[in-house]
Amino acid sequence: MTGTAQTVVSSRGTPLLSRHVALGARMIDFGGWRMPVQYTSILEEHRAVRERAGIFDLSPMGELFVEGPDAGAALAGALVTDPPSLAVGRAQYSLICAPDGGVIDDLVVYRLAQDRFLVVANAANAPVVSDALAERLDRSRSILDDRSLATALVAVQGPAALRILRPLADVDLAGLDDYAIAEGAVAGIPALVARTGYTGEDGFEVFVEGPAAPELWDVLSAAGAQAGLVPVGLGACDTLRLEAGRPLYGNELDRATTPFEAGLGRVVDLSKAGPFVGRDALARAAEAGPRRSLVGLVVRGRGIARHGYPVWSGSRRTGVVTSGTLSPTLGIPIAMAYVAPADAAPGTMLDVEIRSARAAAEVVPLPFYSRAR
Amino acid sequence: MIPSDLRYTKEHEWVRVAGDEATIGITQHAADQLGDIVFVELPEPGRRLEQFATFGVVESVKAVSDLFAPVAGEVVEGNAGLAATPEVVNSDPYGAGWMLRVRLSDPAQLEQLLDAAAYEALTAEG
Repeated sequence: MTGTAQTVVSSRGTPLLSRHVALGARMIDFGGWRMPVQYTSILEEHRAVRERAGIFDLSPMGELFVEGPDAGAALAGALVTDPPSLAVGRAQYSLICAPDGGVIDDLVVYRLAQDRFLVVANAANAPVVSDALAERLDRSRSILDDRSLATALVAVQGPAALRILRPLADVDLAGLDDYAIAEGAVAGIPALVARTGYTGEDGFEVFVEGPAAPELWDVLSAAGAQAGLVPVGLGACDTLRLEAGRPLYGNELDRATTPFEAGLGRVVDLSKAGPFVGRDALARAAEAGPRRSLVGLVVRGRGIARHGYPVWSGSRRTGVVTSGTLSPTLGIPIAMAYVAPADAAPGTMLDVEIRSARAAAEVVPLPFYSRAR
Repeated sequence: MIPSDLRYTKEHEWVRVAGDEATIGITQHAADQLGDIVFVELPEPGRRLEQFATFGVVESVKAVSDLFAPVAGEVVEGNAGLAATPEVVNSDPYGAGWMLRVRLSDPAQLEQLLDAAAYEALTAEG
C-alpha cells in the first residue's frame, strides 16, 4: 500500500508547517517542500470550498518582484503577455516560454505600481523562472528581487471568502475586482491582497512576510470558523482546479508543449510591439495550427482515467490523459487529455484505456464547473 | 481496534470465515492510506481466485491499488452496495464495507495469514 508519511531530511517546511502538523494533516514531499495532502478527506475539503470556504497554504509558490523604469517593457520582452498594458492594481495570467515556444511556466503578473510588478510562479519552477527572468531582464533598467523564500502565501477561496476576509482588511475587498490586487494590511499584518485563485470560486490570495504567516493563518482560521472555513490540502487543490479546467504545469503544461496546444493561444499577445522570447516560434506555431489539442473528457462508468492513460479513437491511438479524477461536484470521472485536433470537437466519443479495459469518454468543453455568478 | 476474530494479509486485506465461506475486505489502515474511496472493481460470481493473486482494484481520488486474495476459492458474491456508496469502505471497512464472499477451496491456507496481533505489529511499524 502507499506508505505512511515518512520524514524526508531534504524536505523543508513552509512557515505554516507546525499548523499543518497540529491539524493532523497527512504530509508528503512536494518538490522538496513538506506539504499537506489532506486534513480530513479530499472530498470533504473540496466540497467545503465549493459550498463555504477553504484556507490554503500556497507558500512554496515563487514571488518575483521586478522594479525599475524598464520593468514593464522588460517583462513584455520576457513573457508572452504585455504587462505594460495593465493598469496599476491589475493582474493577468501569463506564460514564460523558451525560444522554441515551449512553456517554461504559467504565471500571474500583478502591476503594483507604474514601475513595480510581482510575478508569481509555480513552486517547482520558481528557481528556473527566476534564472530566466534574471537573464532576460539583464541590460534593462530593472531589478529582479526574488523574494520567494521570504514570502508566505495564504489563500481563502469559496463563496464565503469575501465575508470572512472583509472585516479583517484595511482595504475595500468588496470593491476589489477579479484579477486585481491591493496593498494594505490584514488583521494589522502588512499584506498584498489579490482577488485571484485557481479553484474556480471567488477568493483571495494574501501575500505576507514569512514570519507573519502563522498569525495570519490563525486569525483567518478563527474568523472563518463560523462560516465553516476549513483547511484544504494539495489533494483537493488538484480536484478543484481540474473541475475548473485550469492547466497544471507538469501535467498539461511542460517544456515540450506550446500554449496553442494547451488552449492558451489567447494568452499569447502577438500584436504587442517589440520582440519577446519565443515570438518567432510562437508566430509560426500559431500559423501552422496545433499538432494536438487539450480537451476535457467525461468518462463513462466508474473507473478513473489517470495521467498517462492512453486515449483511443476506434483502433487509432489519438492521445493521452494528462489529469483525471472523480469529480466531487459532478460525481463522475473527469479528465483532461491531449488528442489529435481532428478528435477535439465537443461531443466526439473516444475511449480511455483504464488498466486493461477501455471506457467510453465524451469530449466536453472546459471548464467542467463554473461558479454561479 | 483491529478485529481479533479476523485474519490478515501483508497487503492489508482481512478475511472472516464462517464454515466453508470467507468474507473479504480491506483494513481500516489500508482505507486510511488510500483516502476517499470512489470505486471498487470486483470479480463476477463464479470466478476462481488464487491465494495472493490480484482479484480486483480499489480506487481513491488520488490512487489506484490492487486487491490481493487472502485465500483461494470461488466468488459467491460481490458487495453490490459499494457501487453506490464506495465511501462505506472508509467508514466501516470490516462491516458494511465488505467486498467479496468466497467459497474456500483450501481452509488450510488460513494458517498462512497473519492474526490480529501480527497484523497490528505490521502496521505499527508504519
